[in-house]
Amino acid sequence: MRHILSVLVNDQPRVLARVANLLGRRNFNIESISVGESEEPGLSRMVIVTTGDERTMEQVQKQLHKVIDVIKVQDLSQHSAVERELLLVKVGAGPADRMEIGGIIEPFRASVVDVGPQSLMIQATGERSKLDALLELLHPYGIKEIARTGVTALSRGASKAGTAVLAGG
Amino acid sequence: MPQRLAMPVKDRNHSGQLQQDYTGSEILLRCLIEEGVEVVFGYPGGAVLPIYDSLYQGALKHLLARHEQGAIHAADGYARATGKPGVVIATSGPGATNLVTGIANAQMDSIPLVCITGNVPQNLIGTDAFQEADITGITMPITKHSYLVTDVQDLPRVVKEAFHIASTGRPGPVLIDIPKDVSNARSSYSYPDSIHIRGYQPKTDPHPLQISRLHKILTKAEKPLILAGGGVVTAGAEKELIMFAERANIPVTTTLMGLGGFSGQHPLWLGMPGMHGTYAANHALLECDLLIGIGARFDDRVTMGRLDKFATKANIVHIDIDPAEIGKNVDTYIPIVGDVKKVLSTAVAEVPRTPSDAWIEKLQKWVREKPYTFCDSDEELKPQWVIRHLYESTGGDAIVTTDVGQHQMWVAQYFPFANPRSFITSGGLGTMGFGFPAALGAQLGKPEATVISVTGDGGFQMTSQELAVASLANIPVKVAVINNRCLGMVRQWQEVFYKKRYSEVDLADSPDFVKLAESYGVKAWKAENKEEAKRVWKEALSHPGPAVVDFRVAPEENVYPMVAPGTGLDEMIMGDEDK
Repeated sequence: MRHILSVLVNDQPRVLARVANLLGRRNFNIESISVGESEEPGLSRMVIVTTGDERTMEQVQKQLHKVIDVIKVQDLSQHSAVERELLLVKVGAGPADRMEIGGIIEPFRASVVDVGPQSLMIQATGERSKLDALLELLHPYGIKEIARTGVTALSRGASKAGTAVLAGG
Repeated sequence: MPQRLAMPVKDRNHSGQLQQDYTGSEILLRCLIEEGVEVVFGYPGGAVLPIYDSLYQGALKHLLARHEQGAIHAADGYARATGKPGVVIATSGPGATNLVTGIANAQMDSIPLVCITGNVPQNLIGTDAFQEADITGITMPITKHSYLVTDVQDLPRVVKEAFHIASTGRPGPVLIDIPKDVSNARSSYSYPDSIHIRGYQPKTDPHPLQISRLHKILTKAEKPLILAGGGVVTAGAEKELIMFAERANIPVTTTLMGLGGFSGQHPLWLGMPGMHGTYAANHALLECDLLIGIGARFDDRVTMGRLDKFATKANIVHIDIDPAEIGKNVDTYIPIVGDVKKVLSTAVAEVPRTPSDAWIEKLQKWVREKPYTFCDSDEELKPQWVIRHLYESTGGDAIVTTDVGQHQMWVAQYFPFANPRSFITSGGLGTMGFGFPAALGAQLGKPEATVISVTGDGGFQMTSQELAVASLANIPVKVAVINNRCLGMVRQWQEVFYKKRYSEVDLADSPDFVKLAESYGVKAWKAENKEEAKRVWKEALSHPGPAVVDFRVAPEENVYPMVAPGTGLDEMIMGDEDK
């Protein structure tokens, strides 16, 4: 099963390496990792998308907690959460195709952010499945380049997620 | 040892402000003294020149190894013998990378080490400078934590945190990498009084609910069993374990790392379980209805990786300081996270006696009827006999260190340790060459103890250069080389599983260990039969300095019982005739 982990870490050099290293060493799956500032100065929020059964997920979380620079680990799959990813895609399209592509991307609330003589750059945000669907529709026009940010996510509601904290050993 | 400080610990000028007067390396040494460090093990080099210059003042005892691997294993042996963190210093690049095996070794066995490496000056980091290696990166998967110090003002906090992290919770090695410009930079010095690491708060007190669940399940357990591991030794919980086992009437098997954590003389002791364990311990694991793992991690040398055959009739209670160990290898019915000593001392109060008399009677019959056996000989020296003789000649009152392999298993089988921290072995990583330098460290930590390094002719040659240290510092370690002229355990596997195709295991052209030792100024003897063995071992034991005895044992002896890889504990091979 797919899980989204929200991990609060010290904003220290190599913290991403520590986390990625751990996941790799323990043979855990990583679909994506994204990292950026959090609401608290000195801390970053890392969002890790991973797959595994219940036992694996328990191990992932416990092992993450053993990293000294990890402050908090929360499995967002157990909460109501908003999940987003940003996609930039360059599509081969001459002037003749532009209207048609515009029609395709409109229901996805995507937008054209750059236009070249024979190409368009489209920006879209949303859940992974939505971006996958958009890419499939754009495929016939010829996809030249793709860049995706990986998933970032936050739990819904006013309260901060992650009240249940495992102690690191 | 000298505690002579060139300067008082906290210096203030007349207006009460801290002086700006210390170099990073002086600050480092002050921090080490503040932490109660008695001895550091190490090897100098370019990037640690400032640190070694500060050491020149003589405020801290330093032991010069002959290879950084020897230094870190010695620090490890010191830590295992005393329970205090071992400290090692190495220079950048090759000095640091030579520590890697020792760091991994300590990580696998949860040994507290503080490893200090020099690095090139910060302006050269990342430029592939001379003797530059990214040691924090290299050691990331094998350290509990690591620091690259970029500002001399961080040094006291970093050292304090490093000792705290290394020695609390589940202990482990912590690396501090100090660029040369940081060692040379000047700063004021004050050692922090308190410590707060937000992401590191080990849980040591057990949850009362889980203790009451444990009590409840004990009342119904007719076939209970305790599997005690290295965590019992680490926590210093041997008294609590005996009390718990006796009051609850539960037999105990101790893993390799747990040997000595429960007395090998106790009537409730079943011996070691697993690949080369006793019949009683392995069959108890197969039949028990309640298994209490205490500071043990259910690794593949105990379970054989065949969880479908491991304690299948049992509910498993798992007590460990590290929450990640619980549920990692086996499904747990009652998880108890906490310090083993605290958990046992809490649990022993009001602990019910299990209805296990019939079970214990059956197990004790197995212990009596199926002991470890070997075919003794009067012509050849048998390695098992040698180990038993080491035990009998010391009355078991010794610290014994080993590497990995046949000699390690024979010590585990034929030397029934009565006390914790008396068996020092490379359990998890299985490092050849560990035992001898570890014995040097153990002896420095326990000057009054008889310290025996049992090693093989293969392992001894991996770190025998440390004979120079034993000789120079007159560290009276007794080395017992179990010399079978081959790599015994590999040869055993090639015999049993590879149709006797003995590939690259012949060590017949090894040097004469007596001459080798003598060239370092270490007294040495050779023994080829029992009479010689008894005589020279007695001489070695009574010799006041270091000594080496080359026991020329039968080359084709195998370690039995054995559970073949991929098979379950119910498929023990008891001896050669069973193969």
